[in-house]
Amino acid sequence: MTVTTQPTHRERPGEGLTVALFATCITDTMKPSIPKAVVQILERLGCRVEFPRKQTCCGQIMTNTGYFDEGLSTVKNYVDAFGGYDHVIAPSGSCVGSVRHQHEMLADRAGDAALAREASQTAAATRDLSEFLIDVLGVEDVGAWFPHKVTYHPTCHSARIAKVGDKPLRLLRAVGGIEVIDLPEAEQCCGFGGTFSLKNPDVSIAMASDKARNAFSTGAEYLVAGDHACLMNIGGVLHRGRTGVRTIHLAEILASTQEETR
Amino acid sequence: MTASDKTLTADKPRLTPKPGTWLGIPPFPEAVKTELQLSQQRKNLSHATHVIREKRVLRASEVENWEELRTAAEQIKDRVGRHLDKYLVQAEEAMTAAGVTVHWARDGEEANRIVSDIAKAKQIEEIVKIKSMVTQETDLNEHLEAEGIAAWETDLAELIVQLGHDLPSHILVPAIHRNRTEVRDIFTEEMGRYGAPAPEGLSNEPTELTNAARAHLREKFLRAKMAVSGGNFIVAETGTLVIVESEGNGRMCLTLPETLVSVVGIEKIVPTLDDLEVFLKLLPRSSTGERMNPYTSMWTGVRPGDGPQDLHVVLLDNGRSDVLADPVGRAALRCIRCSACLNICPVYERAGGHAYGSPYPGPIGAILNPQLRGLDSKVDQALPFASTLCGACNEVCPVKIPFTDILVHLRNKVVEHKTAKRPTIEQGLMKSTTWAMSSGSHLEKVHWGSRMAGRVFRERWLGPMPMPLASRWLQARDAEPPPSETFRAWWRTHREGK
Repeated sequence: MTVTTQPTHRERPGEGLTVALFATCITDTMKPSIPKAVVQILERLGCRVEFPRKQTCCGQIMTNTGYFDEGLSTVKNYVDAFGGYDHVIAPSGSCVGSVRHQHEMLADRAGDAALAREASQTAAATRDLSEFLIDVLGVEDVGAWFPHKVTYHPTCHSARIAKVGDKPLRLLRAVGGIEVIDLPEAEQCCGFGGTFSLKNPDVSIAMASDKARNAFSTGAEYLVAGDHACLMNIGGVLHRGRTGVRTIHLAEILASTQEETR
Repeated sequence: MTASDKTLTADKPRLTPKPGTWLGIPPFPEAVKTELQLSQQRKNLSHATHVIREKRVLRASEVENWEELRTAAEQIKDRVGRHLDKYLVQAEEAMTAAGVTVHWARDGEEANRIVSDIAKAKQIEEIVKIKSMVTQETDLNEHLEAEGIAAWETDLAELIVQLGHDLPSHILVPAIHRNRTEVRDIFTEEMGRYGAPAPEGLSNEPTELTNAARAHLREKFLRAKMAVSGGNFIVAETGTLVIVESEGNGRMCLTLPETLVSVVGIEKIVPTLDDLEVFLKLLPRSSTGERMNPYTSMWTGVRPGDGPQDLHVVLLDNGRSDVLADPVGRAALRCIRCSACLNICPVYERAGGHAYGSPYPGPIGAILNPQLRGLDSKVDQALPFASTLCGACNEVCPVKIPFTDILVHLRNKVVEHKTAKRPTIEQGLMKSTTWAMSSGSHLEKVHWGSRMAGRVFRERWLGPMPMPLASRWLQARDAEPPPSETFRAWWRTHREGK
């Protein structure tokens, strides 16, 4: 069996780069193991990670529920917290998608041209973890070790709004010891949809149940995704059904190393 | 079961089967509760949408410049929207010159009145119809019924819906919620009441069912003096009308009766015949997943001795000008009614079409109905929220309608509409969330609560709970409790050494 070692100095492509971590409100509050994993990966690859404490949320819960004025106040805060950074990294295709696709629109609609300009700059610097690793650092093998069977769900906003493509899957396939099994109907939405899950709970559950069933059918131990909100939704159904399938964020897998496993 | 299955209460006996009614269908979140229980319907929908999805992908992938075609279609339609005033007048002039009588209708009622007046002037009591979304929108059949004129649907799926006292649930395949055994039962039960009965011992084999429909419809085609159609396109430069269909029933309607009335939405214009090239490539592949549809009819005015001798076109607004006035929402007018967005939509696949409370269901219904009808009813207020914003529709749309952007835009309009008079509970919740998210220090205050909860639950997952709002999540899902240490608290200890 090949043993993946910790990256050596020349495998520290992040050396000299300062990056800001956008933890996102949901993982900051509900699942700190995910942003911690991002810190581990980035520091292992040589980056200097900063966490601007002003940060909160991308605002999409308000924006996508139709509350644009309320969404706008998070845009201001986001620009305030992250303005000036060349790299803002988040473990969420959905939040990154919202920053890049909606922030400037909200500022424009409010008639705030200066904010729109700033928002478009911070948006351009904002990347999903998978994009930063592959596009900026140029690594697929981040020195991770995860000897388990997993299946990957490409979350809708990561795929269709942030458009991260197959980057998460490439990172996953390069993990040592891992077995990646294809998820049937992978590209179908899990039914979360933010406040959709509360406004239309019945359809949401019907969709989440189908997603959970497909995940279970693969025989994988873990369902992996790049968005914690979707994992909460699917994981909630998997847990209720006592399926034994656990959910895990891509960052948590990429942070695992053989040294830790031993 | 539809409301119409109940005994007739009208004074005079009906000429055509009493259809179901959109009235009384509750807003989407309520309506789906019933629909989700219909297990046969869910199987039918899941099967049909999956088959057609795969065909679409295959046929789209065969076209090398598919993405360029989509962009071209988007641009042509946007240009039509920008200069609609000019193109409509140009189309009217061209049609009039070719011998067509052009009518203008502000709303559905006016359009329906124009059609019935034409029929009544000729003492026509029976009309054959080509499948048309716009006459579903105006509820033309029921208007004609009230005027003593029988309108017969000749598209196979529309016939199933009509004979089944039902409502359409899909733009292209209005009877998609029915399987062939249900169709057999409807034909056996109903055909004899309105014309040639179904043959004895009719099976559920598609060929037999189609033959039964063919025999039933044939006598109606042969005696009809007037037909009503919609229209897929009107070419402004030539005044040519175009209908794209699969069964040949359209061609029968377009050639046999002496009088033809086409009701067409004002957004259906394309500037030139050359522009059709783009749409005739995109539409069949996106719609039925065919390289080309079996029948495409194009007609330009009256030709003595060939086809209908009295041609009318009713140009219908019915809210379209209002849609055009909205810079974000107007992209919905690009729609060519292919139904690719329905077929790909995971919400539509489970909810079915009736829950949308309109002949336009699915993602296009969710953005079109609230714009055409306004936001006053609870049904229309709920529609922009009948989507997870997954964006699958954006990708398949042949005219690149940005569905999710329009949905979010309409959600904003709904919120403004609802909160204009008095504050709502939801607004209060959003305002508190906004307070929490407006600065890092506010979020830290909220974290005090979540960390306390984390200490109480100690990683014990939450199960079913009779709590408002929370039960909507917990009725079928467990939830992991918040941790006792947030990320920012960890960061403070481990990176800032505080």
